[in-house]
Amino acid sequence: MSSHTEHALNPKAEARTYTLTLVVLLILTAITVGASYIQFGSLNVVIALGIATIKATLVALFFMHLRHDKPVNAVIACAGFLFLGIFLMFTFLDVDTRDPLQPVNLKAVAPAAAAPAATPAAAPAPAKE
Amino acid sequence: MSSSTVDLHPPDPHAPHGAHGDVAAVHDDPHHQHHFTTMEQQFDTSKIGMWLFLATEVLTFGGLFLGFGLMQNRYPREFVEAHEHLQRPLGALNTVVLLVSSFTMVLAVLAARTNQPKKTVRYLLMTIGCACIFLGVKYFEYSHKFEEGLLPGRFYSHQGDLIAGSHGYSTFFSFYFMMTGLHGIHILAGIGLLSWIAVRTSRGEFSNAYYTPVDLVGLFWHLVDLIWIYLFPLYYLIT
Amino acid sequence: MEHALTSGTRIGDRPRPVKNYLNETTTVWSWMSTLDHKRIGVMYLVGVLTAFLMGGVFALLVRLSLLNNKHMLFGKVWVTAETYNRFFTLHGAIMVFLFIIPAIPASLGNVVLPLMIGAKDVAFPRLNLASFYLWVIGAVMAISSMVIGAVDTGWTFYTPYSTTTDGAVGLMTMAVFVLGFSSIFTGLNFISTVHKLRAPGMGWFDMPLFIWGIYSTGVIQVLATPVLAITLVLLLLERVFQIGIFDSRIGGDPVLFQHFFWFYSHPAVYIMILPGMAIISELIPTFSRKTIFGYRAIAYSSVSLALLSFIVWGHHLFVAGQSELATVVFSALTFLVALPSGVKVFNWLSTMYKGNISFETPMLYAIAFIVLFTIGGLTGIFLGALSVDVHLTDTYFVVAHFHYVMMGGTVIAFLGGLHYWWPKITGRMYSEKWGRIATSLVFIGFNMTFFSQFIMGSRGMPRRYFNYLDQYQPIHAFSTYGSWVLGTGLFMTAIYLLASLKYGPLAPDNPWGGTTMEWQTSSPPISHNFEEQPVLEHEPYDYRPKTVTHA
Repeated sequence: MSSHTEHALNPKAEARTYTLTLVVLLILTAITVGASYIQFGSLNVVIALGIATIKATLVALFFMHLRHDKPVNAVIACAGFLFLGIFLMFTFLDVDTRDPLQPVNLKAVAPAAAAPAATPAAAPAPAKE
Repeated sequence: MSSSTVDLHPPDPHAPHGAHGDVAAVHDDPHHQHHFTTMEQQFDTSKIGMWLFLATEVLTFGGLFLGFGLMQNRYPREFVEAHEHLQRPLGALNTVVLLVSSFTMVLAVLAARTNQPKKTVRYLLMTIGCACIFLGVKYFEYSHKFEEGLLPGRFYSHQGDLIAGSHGYSTFFSFYFMMTGLHGIHILAGIGLLSWIAVRTSRGEFSNAYYTPVDLVGLFWHLVDLIWIYLFPLYYLIT
Repeated sequence: MEHALTSGTRIGDRPRPVKNYLNETTTVWSWMSTLDHKRIGVMYLVGVLTAFLMGGVFALLVRLSLLNNKHMLFGKVWVTAETYNRFFTLHGAIMVFLFIIPAIPASLGNVVLPLMIGAKDVAFPRLNLASFYLWVIGAVMAISSMVIGAVDTGWTFYTPYSTTTDGAVGLMTMAVFVLGFSSIFTGLNFISTVHKLRAPGMGWFDMPLFIWGIYSTGVIQVLATPVLAITLVLLLLERVFQIGIFDSRIGGDPVLFQHFFWFYSHPAVYIMILPGMAIISELIPTFSRKTIFGYRAIAYSSVSLALLSFIVWGHHLFVAGQSELATVVFSALTFLVALPSGVKVFNWLSTMYKGNISFETPMLYAIAFIVLFTIGGLTGIFLGALSVDVHLTDTYFVVAHFHYVMMGGTVIAFLGGLHYWWPKITGRMYSEKWGRIATSLVFIGFNMTFFSQFIMGSRGMPRRYFNYLDQYQPIHAFSTYGSWVLGTGLFMTAIYLLASLKYGPLAPDNPWGGTTMEWQTSSPPISHNFEEQPVLEHEPYDYRPKTVTHA
C-alpha cells in the first residue's frame, strides 16, 4: 500500500539493502570505537559525532524508509534536528561568550610602605558574582 | 523471504454511495476509518503523525544533550575523569545489539508487508530479544555504578576523585542516569509495543493491505536506536 | 445582503436537519467517549472558559490587592505579600497553560477546522479525545496544587527559587507537563489533518487563512513544547535529587533554566497569537464583504512567524546575565520577527478599504484587535531595543505590553471568533444589542486597566511588587477600576451567550454571508459534517457579485 505501490515491491532487493546497511553501520561502529583510542585532541569529539551522524542518516534513510517515502516525512525529521540545532547554537553562543567570572584587569599591588593605617582601598576585591 | 517479486496494489476503492453520501458506511477493510477516503490516505497520514511524534522525541532528548554539553563545558576535567568509569566494551556491545535489533525490526516490517505473519513474529521476537540483552547489559552497568557510589546529585558518594569537592562528578552522573534512564524507559516502552504487535500479528491482523502498526512501531524502535547512536559516543568514546 | 436574525430558515435554505451533532445522542457516556471533533471542541470550550473564569478571578484579586498600598479594604488589611505572590502566580499559570494556549486551537479550531477543509473529522480522532483528557487531568493537577500548597514562583518558575522553595511547585510542574502533551498532540493532529484531509480541489493556496494560522500554530506546538517538557523534568529532578544543573550552589547555572524555559515560552506566545490572527483573517473579509488583500502574504507571514519565533527567546534574558554578544544578536532578531505581524495588519486594513463594512459584534472585536494588537506589538519593539529594555524590564510596561498582545490580541480575537461561529456551533443567534454593549465595556475596561500600566511602568513601577510608593497609587487605583469595567463586560458576555442557548433565534446555515466551507452545512452541523463530500469550486474569500448557491 501507499508509497511502495509506486514501484513493485521486491523483497529480496529490500532485504539486501537492509543487510548492506547493517554491515556498513557495524563497520562505522568499529571505526568510531577504534578512533576513540587514538588521541586526536579536540578532533575526537568531531570525529565521534560525525560518524554518529552518518550512522543516524543511514538508519533514517534505509531502515526508516525515508529514501522511498513521500518527502514530507523527511522534512519533518529534518525540522526536528534543525530546531534542536538552533537551540544548541544560540545557547552555546551565550554561554561561550560570557565575560569571565573573575575580572581580568586585576593588578598586583605592592604592600603599603610600613604605614599601619594602610588604605584598605588599595587592592580591588575580586568580584564574587 | 519470498523469492518472487510481489506486486502490491491496494484494494480497489469501494462503491462510494450509501445513505450518508460519498463514503460508504461499510468498508472492505475493517481497519479503514470513516473519515479517510482510501487506505493509502490513511496510511500516509499515520506516517506523518508518527514522524511528528518522533520530532518531539528528538527535541526532548536534545534538551538533555544540550544540558550535558553545557555541563561538559563547565567541568571539562571532572567530566573526562568521570568518563573513565564507563566501560567502553559494554557500550560498544550495546550499540551493536541495538543496530542488530533495528535490522531485525525492519525485516519484521518487510515480512508483514509480504504476508508472512510467522516470519514477522519471529523477527519481532528477535528484536525483543536484543532489547532484553541491552537492558541486561545496562543492569550490569548500573549495578557497578551503585557499588562505586557513582550516583546522581546528592547521592553521589564516590571516593578518590582527583578534584575533591567538585560538583562536576555528581553532575556527570546525574546526566548519565537521566539520559540512559530516559532511553531505558523508551526501550521498555518499545518492548511493550513490540510484544503487542507480535500478539496482533499472530492473530492474523496484518497483511500487505494493512500493516501500519508494525511500520509505526518500527519507526519508534529505530528512533530508540538513533538516540543511542548519539548517546554512545558522547558517554563512552570521549576521553 | 440581509442577515436572517429572526427566523431559522430562509427561502432557498435546505430544510433544517432534525438530528445534529449536539442532539444525535444524549447520554453522558456518548459525550465522554465521543470521537466527534465538534463535541470534543465543545467540551474544550466549556473547559477553557471555566479556566478563563478562574484565571480572571485571580486577576481581579491581584488588582484588588493593589488598589491601595496599605492593602486595606473597608479599613482592614486583607492580604499579605505571600498571598499576593500566589495570586499572580496562579493568575499567570492558569491563564497561560489552562486557557490561552489551548483556547483557540482546541475549542474553536477543533469544531471549525475539519468543516473548513471539507473533512469528516481530524486525522486522529482518538488522539483528539486523549488530548482533551490530558487537558482535564492537567487542570485537576494544577487546581490541586493550588489547594494543597503554595505556588508563588510566578508562572515562569525561575530558579533558584523554584528549585529550593517549599510548596506545591512539584505538583504544578507535573500539571504543566501533562498539559504540554495535550498541546503537542493537538498540534500533531492538526498538522496531519491539514496535510492529508483537504477536500478535493482545495490546494494549499485555496485554504482559508484560518487554516494557515492553525497549521503554523501546530508546527510550533510540536517543535517547542517538548523542550518545556524536559525543562520541567529537569526542574523536578533538581528539586528532588539536586542534580546540579540550575542551582549555582551545587555547580549549576540559573540562567540555563531561563534558556530552556524561554526556548519554549517565546514560541508559545506565538501559539497564543497566531490562532487569534487567523480568526481576524476570517472576520475582516466576511464583514467587509471583500476578498482578503494579499492572501499569499498573510499565509507566508503565518509560517514565517512560526519559524522566526524560535530565534528570539533571548530577549527575555537581556538583564539575566546573558552575554553581550548573544543579547545584541537576539535584539536584532526580535526586530525581524515584527515584520510578518506588520504585514498582516496592513493587509487587513487594505481589505477593509472600500469594503462594504458592517459592525456586528465579531467585526467590532476584529477592529478592536487591530487597534490593541498594534499597540501591543509596537511596545514589544520598544522592549526589544536593548537600551530601552534595560529601563523597562520587569516594570509594568512589560506587563502592559503582554496584556495588550495576549488579551487585547488573543482574547479579543477569541471572543470575535466565538461570536462568529456561535451560530454554527450552537445553532442559535446571540443578541446583537447586548453584544455591542458588552464589547464596548470590554474595550473601555481593557484600556483603562492596561494603558495606565504603560504609564506606571515607564515611570518605574516594578512588576510583581506588593508594596509600592505613594506616587503610583492613583494609577494603580485607576487600573483596578478598569478591571471592574472589563470584568463586567466579560460577565455580561457570558450571560447573553448562555441566554441565547435557550432564547436565541435559530440560526440559518450562513448568517454572515461567509464564503468558507463551514457555512455550507447546517447550523449546527450534522454529525458527519456534510451530506455529501464538498468540493471546492472557487477561490477563498470570493465576494465577486454572483448568487451564492448551496452545493
